[in-house]
Amino acid sequence: MKLNLKIWRQKGPKSEGKIVDYTVDHVDEDMSFLEMLDVLNQDLIVKGEDPVAFDHDCREGICGMCSMVINGRPHGPWERTTTCQLHMRAFKDGETVFIEPFRANAFPVLKDLAVDRSSFDRIIQAGGYISVNTGNAVDANSIPIDKETADTAFDAATCIGCGACVAACKNASAMLFTSAKVAHLNMLPQGEPERAKRTVQMVAQMDKEGFGACTNTGACEAECPKGISITNIARMNREYFKATITGSK
Amino acid sequence: MTMQLDSKIPAGPLADKWTKYKSTIPLVAPNNKPRIEVLVIGTGLAGAAAAATMAEAGYKVKAFCFQDSPRRAHSIAAQGGINAAKNYQNDGDSVYRLFYDTIKGGDYRSREANVHRLAEVSTSIIDQCVAQGVPFARDYGGLLTNRSFGGVQVRRTFYARGQTGQQLLLGAYSALSRQVGKGAVEMFNRHEMLDVVKIDGVARGIIARNLITGELERHFGHAVVLATGGYGNVFYLSTNAMGSNVTAAWKAHKKGAFFGNPCYTQIHPTCIPVSGDHQSKLTLMSESLRNDGRVWVPKKIEDRLKDPLTLSEDERDYYLERRYPAFGNLVPRDVASRAAKVACDEGRSVNKTGLAVYLDFKDAIARDGKDAIEARYGNLFEMYQRITDENPYERPMRIFPAVHYTMGGLWVDYDLGTSVPGLYAAGEANFSDHGANRLGASALMQGLADGYFVLPYTIGKYLSTQIRQPAISTDHPAFAKAEKEVEDRLNRLANSSGTKTVDEFHKRLGKIMWDNCGMSRNAEGLTQAIADIQDLQKEFWANVRVPGGTKEFNPELEKAGRVADFLELGELMCRDALNRNESCGGHFREEYRTPEGEALRNDEDYTYVAAWEYAGENQEPILNKEPLEFENVELKTRSYK
Repeated sequence: MKLNLKIWRQKGPKSEGKIVDYTVDHVDEDMSFLEMLDVLNQDLIVKGEDPVAFDHDCREGICGMCSMVINGRPHGPWERTTTCQLHMRAFKDGETVFIEPFRANAFPVLKDLAVDRSSFDRIIQAGGYISVNTGNAVDANSIPIDKETADTAFDAATCIGCGACVAACKNASAMLFTSAKVAHLNMLPQGEPERAKRTVQMVAQMDKEGFGACTNTGACEAECPKGISITNIARMNREYFKATITGSK
Repeated sequence: MTMQLDSKIPAGPLADKWTKYKSTIPLVAPNNKPRIEVLVIGTGLAGAAAAATMAEAGYKVKAFCFQDSPRRAHSIAAQGGINAAKNYQNDGDSVYRLFYDTIKGGDYRSREANVHRLAEVSTSIIDQCVAQGVPFARDYGGLLTNRSFGGVQVRRTFYARGQTGQQLLLGAYSALSRQVGKGAVEMFNRHEMLDVVKIDGVARGIIARNLITGELERHFGHAVVLATGGYGNVFYLSTNAMGSNVTAAWKAHKKGAFFGNPCYTQIHPTCIPVSGDHQSKLTLMSESLRNDGRVWVPKKIEDRLKDPLTLSEDERDYYLERRYPAFGNLVPRDVASRAAKVACDEGRSVNKTGLAVYLDFKDAIARDGKDAIEARYGNLFEMYQRITDENPYERPMRIFPAVHYTMGGLWVDYDLGTSVPGLYAAGEANFSDHGANRLGASALMQGLADGYFVLPYTIGKYLSTQIRQPAISTDHPAFAKAEKEVEDRLNRLANSSGTKTVDEFHKRLGKIMWDNCGMSRNAEGLTQAIADIQDLQKEFWANVRVPGGTKEFNPELEKAGRVADFLELGELMCRDALNRNESCGGHFREEYRTPEGEALRNDEDYTYVAAWEYAGENQEPILNKEPLEFENVELKTRSYK
């Protein structure tokens, strides 16, 4: 099939960007979306033009490196699917597809569709861990954790840190990302000692990075490729309230 | 001139070596550690764990990754699990048994002392990860549960659904992030190491390229640790991430680090088959699926493209169960992959390309119910359906072997030191523990063992000799020279005015490698492949087209540099495969097989590690040998029948 692409091109972080039109022929429905972009880039290189820069790595939906907004939706039209796992059978011959970067003040564009998400790293550095040095651990089975708690913590821990939640949110809020890590660690007995401090510090860092506030529209959950639930946000709000009201930091 | 290598294996009984070593090696005092700088390249399981642990110990650490965050290293994609000799299932597991299974699984081509140490520290890894909050699968009693993996008759694999690598990496990433937050690790995202800097024969730093600005940077370290993963992408199509590459290891090789057993490649039996020429990578379906899935092809060639649901039990050949009744569908990866190739070579493949077999869950679903299967493998089934548009709950999966892991890598001694003093290699980047074939769920074990529990100790032995060594200024001429060489090479790539894209060369290299140095190899094919790769190298430098400049964000330039290194590595792999006149593990030479078609080792002549030494451009590499001595395990023909 043949597709008309309207792609955001931007030379660098400070340059002005614009939408540029391209067409790709010979798109096979078994291709992934990124393989379709590979085809476009090969053509551009042969023609002596600048290929479209985009982030990607594992191409199996787990590393969280691929991003981009496709026809207005982070990671495109399929539910619970990263861009790299989106396949071209989702599109029709002759369709026009808009491709843009994730947009948020805290995710500045580096080039074309690639953005800088190091703000997420700094949120984790502020408290998204359990303080245990190598060699200090007790036997793994000396900490029994009931299956339901373990499974719920696991669900939160499956976040891939891609940033689709931020891109989907009209306020560019990072509450889903931050709360998933807070929920994962605070729910477990191992995370208990740093519970209050972790929550307060991660939220403070999130605000400092320039992410917006949460207004509970649920767009983040709808677009999350891993189906992370907004109940994590509610949980983090409770944790935050408890931590600040008791004065623990 | 070949030399005998010193593997520095401590003396004494096997089970005491590591304990005694740890208790007697020289240490660096706490007050000296902050003055000692260590560079860690790569932030997967081995790199992130090592960087975090060394920072906890007090060393000054800089860590580098080419991805936009250390959390994205390809360890994240490991699915099935991690082995540990906990014996929580009370089924007869022990450190010795894990050691023995690993030696046997590796077809007797790994070092006893290293493998025993790996088995010993395996139990601490699980403790450490649980303490970090890694959500391993649990039973209703709240305790950890296990599953089986190939080549093993106990349940010792810990797992987190089908995304164990993700959870383990996020654990290591959180430990690393904690140290970054404290200022104990300086993290360099989107940086690629492009050379090792040596001063007076010792590794003293690196040249790295900032991938956003294109600027070259010089970094000093008292020691340099490469935890840069494997080189499966030399085949173009593999289950590796698109960015996974050999460049850091290859630059180290050209600076004097020997490359161990480069031909040992793991072809994983259960991957989604290739669908067309556009394919950019292959997707693994975890080995854990073979716990419940049954592998088959039709008995008759004429049935191969028929709807599998119409074929009766009598018309199906469950060839693994037939050929290997003791292990059935859970034979090791190399055995399963070769058996799939045999079935397809006989003309019984189940898709149009001639490269697929079935993995069928019909019986498991009938036995345990769909919900139970979904709980075990739900995310894998979803991924399969998304890629193939077929529902594996209703129809058997179609699978085929694909390049997945490289057992070969930089040669290291017991200390994980390469043949360049001060330069270390950990995780998949080194050659050390898996011999000629890696068992499932052992890569995560080795990565974390090296990173948390081995390297932070062993490197101390070297660093204790460095406490009087002040930091060396990066204005030193050795840094300037290395940077100039890197810059010249980048300019040569960026100024090339050819007509063919980097991907085109990569695909051609991949085809040569897959056809001649893949699942089965022979002398004639390998000899031809070496000549073909040499031609391709010349053509690459004469005719590649790289758009854009060097001082900018330029993914094509990054790729070009990596493919140029793969072109050189591919040649070395073929030479290694040609030299090894035997079949062992993943290295199957068609000339050396038993009457039943199984791998035929030659212990008399090839019980050694081939450690290749770079001899200069257009020079044949030098083969050094490290003899493997088996004092505890008797060398047997590996049988899973």
